[in-house]
Order: sequence, then structure tokens, then C-alpha cells
Amino acid sequence: MLYIAKRLAFYVLAAFVAITVNFFLPRLTPGDPASTIVATYSTTLNEESLAALRQAYGLTDDPLFQQYLTYLGNILRGDFGRSLSNFPAQVSDIIAAGIGWSVLLGLTSVLLSFVIGSALGALAAWRRGGIFDRVAPPVLLFLGSFPYFFLALLLFYFFCFKLKWFPMGNAYSSVNPPPFTLSGIGDVLYHLIAPAFTVVLVSLGPWTLNMRNAMIGVLSEDYLTLAEAKGLKPRRVLFSHAVRTALLPNVTALGAAIGGVFSGQLLTEIVFTYPGLGYSLMRAVSAVDYPLMQALFLIITLSVLAANFIVDTLYVLLDPRVRAGQGA
Amino acid sequence: MSFYETFGKIRRQALGSVPVLVGVVILVILVGSTALARWIAPYNPTRATGGINEFPSWAHPFGTTGQGQDVLSQFLYGGQNTLWIAFTIAVLTTLLALIVALTSAYFRGWVDDVLTLVTNVFLVIPSLPLIVVLAAFLTPGPATMIMVLTITGWAFGARLFRSQALSLREREFIAAAEDVGERRWRIVAIELLPNMGSVVAAYFVNQVIFAITAQASLEFLGLGDGGQVTWGSMLFWAQNTSALIRGAWWTFVVPGMAIALTAFSLALINNAVDELGNPRLRADRLLRKAGFRKPSASLMTPVKRDA
Repeated sequence: MLYIAKRLAFYVLAAFVAITVNFFLPRLTPGDPASTIVATYSTTLNEESLAALRQAYGLTDDPLFQQYLTYLGNILRGDFGRSLSNFPAQVSDIIAAGIGWSVLLGLTSVLLSFVIGSALGALAAWRRGGIFDRVAPPVLLFLGSFPYFFLALLLFYFFCFKLKWFPMGNAYSSVNPPPFTLSGIGDVLYHLIAPAFTVVLVSLGPWTLNMRNAMIGVLSEDYLTLAEAKGLKPRRVLFSHAVRTALLPNVTALGAAIGGVFSGQLLTEIVFTYPGLGYSLMRAVSAVDYPLMQALFLIITLSVLAANFIVDTLYVLLDPRVRAGQGA
Repeated sequence: MSFYETFGKIRRQALGSVPVLVGVVILVILVGSTALARWIAPYNPTRATGGINEFPSWAHPFGTTGQGQDVLSQFLYGGQNTLWIAFTIAVLTTLLALIVALTSAYFRGWVDDVLTLVTNVFLVIPSLPLIVVLAAFLTPGPATMIMVLTITGWAFGARLFRSQALSLREREFIAAAEDVGERRWRIVAIELLPNMGSVVAAYFVNQVIFAITAQASLEFLGLGDGGQVTWGSMLFWAQNTSALIRGAWWTFVVPGMAIALTAFSLALINNAVDELGNPRLRADRLLRKAGFRKPSASLMTPVKRDA
């Protein structure tokens, strides 16, 4: 329990750092972007919205510390201000529309690549020196060298544009999100395949190689020789003795990977015009919409922190040593 | 094992194994050709010298872009920009990570606690959104690129080097040095640092890969300097001129493959460096050479694991 409390305190601290960076960045960078933004938009916006914009940025005459407190309060209430590119729209509404799709794509691809990668790694180590063990590592290394968005471009070109196997973007066929029926879910899954496949393909390598190396370590332990000597069936030795232990480093890596996969996924979404947060991020960048950009940074960071916390909790369930308080 | 011995071993192993050789050959060709861009590039990379999205031909071996520029010339000049920026970022992040880790190892106590906490916070905050926000507030250009990616890219190295330094500290020769009365900075600089050679080398190679990919990602998002030709900006323009839907695959396959091949060759080289640090992976190869097809668990040499 102490371990979980410690981790929670750490993530709260990390979230606090991210929020603080977000607050000071527009105020401290040379050229004072916050004032520049207000100045840029002063010709296109009316007096009322300009005042709203100023307030959203906390560009009041209050002292900096006062502004900071107001900002913290706004964040806690989920008020991220208004989008500049889509003016009166609330930034939080734009994000709410995209986050579900990002989480769907992210969860699907992280879980798939974790399961497939670990299985392949275990197989490679079990059949050590076999054809698969020799071919898989370099192939996966090569795929892992592709930047996410480049593999996305290639797959999009072949499967969506040339072969027309998968749709050219979006998350569903109709104008509005489909109803929660069998055909509606099928439609969403059909649109999910190509972008999820991209993310899985790029992120598969580390899972496989880490699992393989961990398995090789575990396979040389005495207790495995004992299990073999006891006459246990190979399948039993593999699953309940070797894989279970070798999986731990991969579970630890799961937390760290979520951030990385999410970053790569954002770019994949752009290529497939998948309506998640990555797509919003690109729109924010090209329209120089600072409030939206900053809010996306915060939301994505907070989601990744939450995911990490969940993984830590999961780890306690898997590793008895941490429960006993030796780890952490 | 001293620093130079480590590199001697790398060379011996590298020459004996084909994958590493493949990596070195690809890397030399890529770095060599881009370094000679000024002399071998057929055209000015930013000027329109042909039709729009022309299929590869004798005049334009890699085709032309949506703005009529020569893709081969862009590839050569762009590689130059991409690679020196990536190299600089790799050097800076490795140095920063080493400084943080060795400061931790030198002062120990609360300094170590604080630095570890800062490192962990940097590790857990997802990099791409942070990079995007940082880059968006600064004027685009190589200096911004280098600064932003250095700030966001050092943390994993600091953690890696710190744990390496901590495990080295438990060894007898450090205890001996302490008993002899060597000063602490001397132990860190003369005893610890040289022994971290292979880890630092592997990390550095990884950082070059990180820098190339992260740089390309930022430029692809449109946060690079639009006027400068790099592999990432080539991809940005390919996406922006809808090269995909017009079927001009050469405009994104060339820079994309350049990035992927550079990263792949570095990863191959890195794997060899990795085997040096992990005797089990090495033992595997030796056993295979000796004729064991599937080494049984008991044949493997047990290795003392570092805490």
C-alpha cells in the first residue's frame, strides 16, 4: 500500500511539473508569445472575445503568482480556455471529441503489440537458434527503425490508396459517429485496422527482443533445470515457470512504452486522418492555436501519467516482492 | 576492461559478424554520399528544376517533388542537415546524461535523490507533446531543434548511467581506491567513467537514432524551418502536396527509407555493442559456433546480476 501511495505522490508531482511548465512557457519565452497572440488576433476578433482571450491566458494586471493560482484553479475545473482557430469553441470540447478515438487506437495497439511481441519473444528464446530466432530480430529491428509516420504513409499508400482494402481515413463511414450496434461497431473496427496495424508493426520489436533476452536469462536459472528434471511437461515449464517470470521486465516497460507509443500514434493519426488527439494537435500546430496545443500537451501528459499509475498497480499484483515492500 | 579494450573488442567482434558489417556499409554509404552533396548533387535542392511529381528518370534519378525540385539533390543536402543536427543532439544529450549521473554518483545523498526525481519526472512526461509545445513557442531552426530535443532527450541516459555507476561502486576496485584514500572526484573520473565506456557508446548510438526520428517527426508536423531541406521537411512537403493521393511515392519513399536505413544500420551496430555488455547473449553465439544447436539451461554460465 505504501508503494502505491508513493507512486501516486510521484505522479501528482509530475502532473504539477507539467502544469507549471505549461503556465510559464508562454510567459517566459523570448518575445512574449502570449502578448503576441493577443496582438495578432486583435484585428480579427471583437473586443469581447479579445477580453475572453486575455482572460484565458490570465494576461491580467494581477501579479504573476496570482495569475498562477487562477490558472491552477482553471485547470482543476477542466477549463482550458477557448480555441483560437475555432474561435468561440471551448478547447475542452475539441479535446473531448478526439480523446475517445485516441484511447481506442492507443489501447488496442499497445495491448496487441505487447501480447504478440511477448509471445514471439518467448517463442524465439524457447526455440533458440531456430529459424524464427535468427530471422525475427533483424526484421523487427528494421521495422522498428521506421518512424511511425513513414510506415503509416507506406501502409496508407498500399492498402488504402492502391489496393483499397481499407478506408482512406476517418474513424467511421457516416458523417456522425455510428450507433452502438453490431454494424456500427464493425464499421469502427474496419477503420481501426490500418492505423492500429501500423502502430503494432513499429512497436513490436522491443517487446519481442526484451522478452527473448529476459527468457534467455530465466531459462538458465536453476529452478528451470529443476522443473525439467522433475519431468514436467515442456509446455508447463514454458508457461508457468519461464514465461511468467520473464514477462515482468516487459510489464515494467509497459508504463514507459505507453508514452512512446502514444507519441508515435499521434503522427499515425495524422497520416490516416484519424479524428483523435494527434489530428487535433496537427491542426493546432498549423493554425498556431496555442491554447489548444497547450491543453493537448496537458491532457496527453495526464493520460499517460494515469496509464503509468495503472501499470504500477498491476505490477504489485504480479510481483510478490514489490508487495512485500522490498522493491520500489 | 578499459575504454580502449572495449573498443578493440567491438572492432574484433564487428569484423567477425555479418549483420554489423551490413550496418557499417549502409552507414558509410549514407554518410559518405550526403557529406559529398556539394560535389555530387546534380541540382540546387530548393529550386524547381523539372516538372511537377515527375517519375524517376535519367535526368532525375529519384524523380521530382510536387514543386518540381530534384529528389536526389534534396536527399543529399537534406541528409547533411539531418545528420549533423542529429549528431549534435546525440553528443549533447549523452554529455548531459553523464553529467547528471556522475553528479549523482559523486555527491550521493540528497543531491542524488533530487536528481533522480527530476530524471524520473522527465522520463514519465510523454516527449512528443512536450517537444511540440516547446518548439511551437520558439523560432524554428536548427538551434531550436537542438535545444528542444536535448532538453527532452537526456533523461533515460541519466537513469541508465546512474544505475551503471551505482553497480560499479560496489566492486572491489572502487573500495580499494577508497581505502587508498583517493579523492571522490578522482574515483568518479578515473575509476568510474572509463568503465562505463560500452554503455555510453551504446547509448550514444541510440541517441543518434532518437534524434533523427524525433527531428523528422517535428518537421513532419510542420515545426521545422520550412526553408531548410532535411529528410523530415521532405516528408512534410510530400504530405502537404498530397503526394500520396497523386501516386508520387518516390517523394516520401526516398526520405523515409533514408531515415529508416540510417536508424537500422545504427541499430545493427548497437546490437553488437550490446552483446559486449551482456555475456549471456555472447555465450549463445559461442555455443552455437561450438556446435550446440539448442544449448540446455545448465550449459549456460551463470552471471552475477548487478543490483
